[in-house]
Amino acid sequence: MNFELFKTFFQIGLFTIGGGYAMIPLIEQKVVDEKRWVEHDELLDLIAVAQSCPGVFAVNISIFIGLKLRGNKGALISTIGTCLPSFLCILLIALVFQQFRENVWVEHFFRGIRPAVVALIVIPVFRMAKSAKINRYNVWIPLVSAFLIWMLGVSPIFIVLAAGVSGYVYGKYLKDEELNS
Amino acid sequence: MILLLAQLFWTFFLIGLFGFGGGYAMLSMIQGEVVGHYHWMTMGQFTDIVAISQSTPGPIGINSATYVGYTALVNAGYEPYWGILGSFLATFAVVLPSFILMLLISKFLMKYKNHPSVGYIFSGLRPAVVGLLLAAALLLMNSENFSSMDESPWRFCISLFLFAFAFISQKVYRLGPILIILLCGLAGIILGL
Repeated sequence: MNFELFKTFFQIGLFTIGGGYAMIPLIEQKVVDEKRWVEHDELLDLIAVAQSCPGVFAVNISIFIGLKLRGNKGALISTIGTCLPSFLCILLIALVFQQFRENVWVEHFFRGIRPAVVALIVIPVFRMAKSAKINRYNVWIPLVSAFLIWMLGVSPIFIVLAAGVSGYVYGKYLKDEELNS
Repeated sequence: MILLLAQLFWTFFLIGLFGFGGGYAMLSMIQGEVVGHYHWMTMGQFTDIVAISQSTPGPIGINSATYVGYTALVNAGYEPYWGILGSFLATFAVVLPSFILMLLISKFLMKYKNHPSVGYIFSGLRPAVVGLLLAAALLLMNSENFSSMDESPWRFCISLFLFAFAFISQKVYRLGPILIILLCGLAGIILGL
């Protein structure tokens, strides 16, 4: 069972390219359809929790499933399983890439890649804006946050703390009064 | 060197602790600390890491921690085996807080999932996380990644074209990120960017 858990998350870690969101279909297939470790509804809740918690999205999901199946030990096993493929893979690339960094072809290649990378980061902004239910009344929040980080160099850590606290204060003390008045 | 390793550990521990919103949102924190604050690498090197993280297996947060850990030590003039230690430390540090927190939070949330206070905090966090992501993208739109009209009009125009190409082919035609990255890299070689 421990090995099954490790193997499953190792596979999930190995075959996901493009970050956490790309993992959801594979997790669904492996963990829900094949192994029946969690139900479909449970996975949806789990995605929401993992998205709202700090840290690496995919690791958070594997911690939760490991914990549910085998307790603390299971959480540890599934976490190592998820992290190990990318750790080994990147290490290998880092070792080799340092030597090719100065090569002129590699330089041309990466100059072509860089604008594409920026575009690939712009796309999830829209996807996340949709799932965060951004509308014309709250669009100022992401815009002001982005401006503070981009132009004024404010640390994103402060933005996250401030957003959590203001969300709490607004929800607890202000929203109810608006509704009552 | 002990100082560098300790800074690396602490930085990635904080990033793991405050990195809400998944890999891409964490990138803006990593960028802020690693490039802006500690100067462990240049913005161009950081963009290469993003490219490599996007086109290799695994979560982007883990990929970039592993890569930064290695590069920071090698850039500081240490041997590659110290880089391996650095990459292990950074990866361990970025996972550690979410590991501890997720264990606690999973147990807590199972119990208080429907409590309004939890909902209030999340309702504040979600829109801000979109802003973090936007900031990461804006910070990368600089002359190091795109060149400029003064520096090289040719490279600048091609960069803008490749940006538009990548955007449209992913958003409209749903091409995979690996394919897009390979095509743009190939274009870079052919056009001699």
